Amino acid sequence: MTFDTALALDAGRGLAPWKIAYMTYGTLNAERSNAVLICHALTGDQFAASDNPITGKPGWWLTMVGPGKPIDTDRFFVICTNVIGGCMGTSGPPDIDPATGKPYGLSFPLVTIRDMVRAQAALLDALGIEQLLCVTGGSMGGMQVLQWAASYPERVFSAMPMATAARHSAQNIAFHEVGRQAIMADPDWRGGAYQSEGTQPSKGLSVARMAAHITYLSEPALQRKFGRNLQNRAERSFQFAPDFQVESYLHHQGSTFVDRFDANSYLYITRAMDYFDLAADYGGVLAEAFRGTKTKFCIASFTSDWLFPTVENKRIAHALNAAGATVSFVEIVSDKGHDSFLLEEPELFATARGFLSSVAQSRGLA
Amino acid sequence: MSLRPDLAAIAEMIPRGARVLDVGCGDGQLLEHLKITKNVDGRGLELSQHNVNVCVARGLSVIQGDADTDLHEYPSQVFDIVILSQTIQATYDPSKVLEHLLRIGKRTIVSLPNFGHWRVRLNLLFNGRMPQTQALGYSWHDTPNIHLCTIADFVALAKETGAIIESAQALDGKGRTRPMRPDAWGPNIFAEGAIFQLKPR
Repeated sequence: MTFDTALALDAGRGLAPWKIAYMTYGTLNAERSNAVLICHALTGDQFAASDNPITGKPGWWLTMVGPGKPIDTDRFFVICTNVIGGCMGTSGPPDIDPATGKPYGLSFPLVTIRDMVRAQAALLDALGIEQLLCVTGGSMGGMQVLQWAASYPERVFSAMPMATAARHSAQNIAFHEVGRQAIMADPDWRGGAYQSEGTQPSKGLSVARMAAHITYLSEPALQRKFGRNLQNRAERSFQFAPDFQVESYLHHQGSTFVDRFDANSYLYITRAMDYFDLAADYGGVLAEAFRGTKTKFCIASFTSDWLFPTVENKRIAHALNAAGATVSFVEIVSDKGHDSFLLEEPELFATARGFLSSVAQSRGLA
Repeated sequence: MSLRPDLAAIAEMIPRGARVLDVGCGDGQLLEHLKITKNVDGRGLELSQHNVNVCVARGLSVIQGDADTDLHEYPSQVFDIVILSQTIQATYDPSKVLEHLLRIGKRTIVSLPNFGHWRVRLNLLFNGRMPQTQALGYSWHDTPNIHLCTIADFVALAKETGAIIESAQALDGKGRTRPMRPDAWGPNIFAEGAIFQLKPR
């Protein structure tokens, strides 16, 4: 959907015209009360529950979303948008700047998590959806969920953030900076103008993805999956070609990523996550972000997630408690690391199903 | 649904539509019962993550946490009723926990096993071993119940904490209740446990 009126951004600039790409699953009921918004993570997209047209791969949250799934598309109208700054159809750095006729590149304004949420709110206005039954998402998606609950409490009946934090930690900013520097160190990045110059910073983006991918897993999961196993060889090669399976695995993650993601988008979205500190907008007191909220919250974390560890998720639960909000918190035992929220985790599904059923009931949905 | 009898006795003390915090809510049996039968706005705090997950899957609002360390997170006087059922004897600092409960809730309901029961007394007297009863089925070294007390002990603690005991009921072995005077000597020997309703002074 395209908007001619400017989208106000935290950076102090407006963006006009701008567009937002989204997918919907299920049917909106007559009362318009069964809408669930899914917010994607750093490298996610709007294809939560259907095949991605670029990669041909199934939706990234098929474990959670679909007919009869915890986010049941037989009952709920599910909306998933591509975030502002993204590269899957929503306005972002790879788009053509109408003012110059050239790709924005680094002239695209910096965006924040709050800008992403503002864009989604504008879409919902256009779709005539006043209130969401639930906003949910993991990781950066969870940040958007928290921002939704803080910015538009009356529009959020319930919120289910998972594997997330109310602020990006120093360690997480550090990892992002490694990724960004890898991209910018690639000579093909061309100061961000690679599109006009006909190059692709694939090496840099691939290294950024490889480094980031490690943070999404856990030491035990890597050990179990790969150990010290060698790839297609019986002996060490005494060269620097990938000897170990874990190396080939990372190379594969990196090389498939560059086919579907834009390097500048990666810079912008990691920056948005780094800037996120919800409490800072409320005098440094996180509970103030949720003062007087009627939204029902359910927060989930995973034991082996060291990128967004339980303690960060629990901080949110405690702040909500202090604000007198209705909140549940579960920590799910899993050794699969941060990516657990995307994987087959029966306890997560039971939690999500139970929570959504109970909020649907209190919203008057059968 | 058959509610554990001592929980049923607590449920009877809760007014309809009350805001309730159940500290140590277990698998949420009481909260679910209160939600269905009394339309309460219920919350839970529970130490066991497994139990918390069961509660959330039941549609209850429950947080994984520890009564000893997390109660200070709760604002004052926001709940009509705070329940501490069969949990105080397992806390590290019962006096501090009780102070928090009285601060958080307008009313506090505490149920506890009575270590002054005659069988416990005889057990120690004749066997010379730390007593194990039906209600307290642990040996001394692996029990979570690190601060067991008698009914008289709890009454004394309530006084020290500045609580007013509004009502007290004795529990028998089957979880049946009968009203008792908090300072009477009989229940401290014959009751398996007790339920107190307290309010801050």
